[in-house]
Amino acid sequence: MADMAQPVLSARGVGKFFPGVKALQDVDFALMAGEIHALLGENGAGKSTLIKVITGVHARDAGSVQLDGVEIHPGHPGEAQHLGISTVFQEVNLVPTLSVAENLMLERQTRKFGLISWKKTEADAREALKILGLDIDINRALGSYSVAIQQLVAIARAVALDARVLILDEPTASLDADEIKTLFRTMRALKDKGLGIIFVTHFLDQVYEITDRITVLRNGRLVGTFETANLPQIDLINHMLGRELAEISAHRHHARDGVVDRGNHIRIKNLGKKRVLNPVTLNLSGGEIVGLAGLLGSGRTELAELVFGAQRADSGLVFLDDKPVMLRSPRQAIRAGFGLCPEDRKQDGIVPELGVRENIALALQGRRGWLRPIPRAEQDKFADDMIAALGIATPDREKPVGQLSGGNQQKVILARWLVSKPVFLILDEPTRGIDVGAHADIIKLIRDLCDEGLALLVASSELEEIVAFADRVAVLRDRELATELSGADITQNNIIEAIAR
Amino acid sequence: MTTLQDTKKSPQNGGRKGPAGGLLSRQWLGPVIALVLVIVANGLISPSFFNIKVVDGHLYGSLVDIIHRGASTALVAVGMAIVIGTRGIDLSVGSVIAISGAVMAVLIRDTSLSPFIVILAALGAGLLCGLWNGILVAYLDIQPIIATLILMVAGRGIAQMITDGQIVTFHGAFFEAIGSGYLLGIPWRVIIAAIVIAGLWAIMRKTALGLFVEAVGGNARASRLAGIDARGIKVLAYVISGLCSAVAGIIIAADIRGADANNAGLWLELDAILAVVVGGASLMGGRFYLALTVVGVLIIQALGTGILLSGLPSQYTLIVKAAVVMVVLLVQAPRARQMMGRFWRRRDPQ
Repeated sequence: MADMAQPVLSARGVGKFFPGVKALQDVDFALMAGEIHALLGENGAGKSTLIKVITGVHARDAGSVQLDGVEIHPGHPGEAQHLGISTVFQEVNLVPTLSVAENLMLERQTRKFGLISWKKTEADAREALKILGLDIDINRALGSYSVAIQQLVAIARAVALDARVLILDEPTASLDADEIKTLFRTMRALKDKGLGIIFVTHFLDQVYEITDRITVLRNGRLVGTFETANLPQIDLINHMLGRELAEISAHRHHARDGVVDRGNHIRIKNLGKKRVLNPVTLNLSGGEIVGLAGLLGSGRTELAELVFGAQRADSGLVFLDDKPVMLRSPRQAIRAGFGLCPEDRKQDGIVPELGVRENIALALQGRRGWLRPIPRAEQDKFADDMIAALGIATPDREKPVGQLSGGNQQKVILARWLVSKPVFLILDEPTRGIDVGAHADIIKLIRDLCDEGLALLVASSELEEIVAFADRVAVLRDRELATELSGADITQNNIIEAIAR
Repeated sequence: MTTLQDTKKSPQNGGRKGPAGGLLSRQWLGPVIALVLVIVANGLISPSFFNIKVVDGHLYGSLVDIIHRGASTALVAVGMAIVIGTRGIDLSVGSVIAISGAVMAVLIRDTSLSPFIVILAALGAGLLCGLWNGILVAYLDIQPIIATLILMVAGRGIAQMITDGQIVTFHGAFFEAIGSGYLLGIPWRVIIAAIVIAGLWAIMRKTALGLFVEAVGGNARASRLAGIDARGIKVLAYVISGLCSAVAGIIIAADIRGADANNAGLWLELDAILAVVVGGASLMGGRFYLALTVVGVLIIQALGTGILLSGLPSQYTLIVKAAVVMVVLLVQAPRARQMMGRFWRRRDPQ
């Protein structure tokens, strides 16, 4: 058994920079042998970047990573695996059509006279599974087993490679309660064998059930490493969401009382979808910013997508000025004057091959239909105005958006909606992965928009941000509306309490 | 992938002066230079290549011949370009040619319908074929290559059923004029192809359809979230391709005054795809270039003519064609361009 005082894996001062974004800055991390160590943080905190740096997907730009006290520079995940760092991802990276044995022994089949000895390979495969106490038919196709079993096979494969460190990246996301139990049993068995396990998840109860220590990242920086047993859940959430940063007390709550009615009343009534979101009721009006708070997986994004028609609700209605809005597709929502800046801009936002101008014009053009093209001069003007107003860093308006940095892509998507002049705009994580300068620009823009009579629903995992601009805050927990805060009740403290309860 | 592009392309583009102009000219450069080179080579091989004679008031000569023969391929290729723009592919174009030709030939032989109705029926057949492909791809989410493979295989069978497995010949002044007639010395089929292609260009670039096609091809999810009917656009692309193939089918049938269900448009899908790619589009979708696609068709057609003129044994034809196409593609490949760029920079250190 390894010496507990000496970390099996340690990272010191690790930094990773992408154009416009400091994904990791000066992060320290130490994993002991025989410990299960949770790596926590909201989206964009730097968890996956740290893992990618450790496993050689990304080369680090600063700092050092040591395995058993020896500096390592893996160039790709395969190299990290040979060194003893194995990773199992949420999506099982195996070949579903091959048998369990073949998957386990892929690239490691025992050879005899240059040919594969299947007998020996199968024996080895059985051996590998026995370590996990998994009794399955190794000749059946891997794809015929449940995701949980596939997950375990992936772990067996990872461990069989004489691993010292096992990284589990959100392994429980697609498992049910029983399957999670099996996984945890396996994790404990591996821990007893002296393996160091890094466990990435966003299920906090699981963190408390299985881990020994917790490292929290936020905005690419280390918040701290804590003993799980000594860290109350509410403190953990504080660390994740950044509560201890200067509490912004002077949040701008416009003098709302006696303000003119600007119309644009949005009434969300019992909007829900089975297994996605329990019915939510929420009202907002023009000129008002409603923040949507909650941990990852609490239903923030889902609510946004239901209101926008990106997912079809199976209960409830949305009213605009007391008229029900048909929401069977984003097209209908857009016709009604709704807009959504999605969280995942790469997948759901940009069209990478098209230029800045075309990306900006897209939603407005979609609303006008193909027969009424926006004149080129007008498109040019829109694009130039937006490039100037949002400070989009691009050499010219025809540059393919796929070649811009993440923050600038986000601004292009925002510009797309601003140009289409919506009455109700939903921003899902508008400042995700954006550098500090752009961050402030976007918050200012959100305020200006709202002063122009737009109704805004902003989902964000950064409490500071929500407290700074929201007139009201809806807190989601476990896929339902937990509480609504308004006025002086909007403090990071109250939001965290509502999330943690 | 995208991050790779980020780091690799930005210095190149950053160094370019002026907006967009550089990109456009670069896009044009490869195919147009290739076409010029192929034509010049043809001229060197056979000095009579550039001769254009007027016989009976009609233009004759190798150059005219290239355009004349390229007309039907160009029609198919521009439809293909739009489908490829949506990140699809249409393998069934050859079969659609056979079906529309068969419909036309049988109607002319067996009925006394006016030519106008006969053409409408042939176009209708193409439209139905495109609709079928589009629904399979857009609504049933079948991969385009598989979805259109179905009609590619079944389509010839359908065409044979229409013609009862025979080559159906017909006579009719109107259709003979389409196939081999001239207007002001220019072949009718060239005029028809030019009108259709120009019309298609106008529909794509003078309305917002072209933008929608490219948006859907570039990122279908994002397009849907921006309010574009991504499925409808995909169906439309396949319908356009079906219609273009039907026009080509009409021209081809009119040319031979008959419908040959087995051979009409055989392997034409390959030339069409080749032309689109030579014209600078990527099979990954997101961009299409109708004019450059036509240039691609002319390159391929001129190559064939040149090889014939050179007196090279016919068994080399396909190999030479493949070699030239490969060179054109290499010149356009970002990676090869980078290498060439580095090469030039090294030679000219400024």
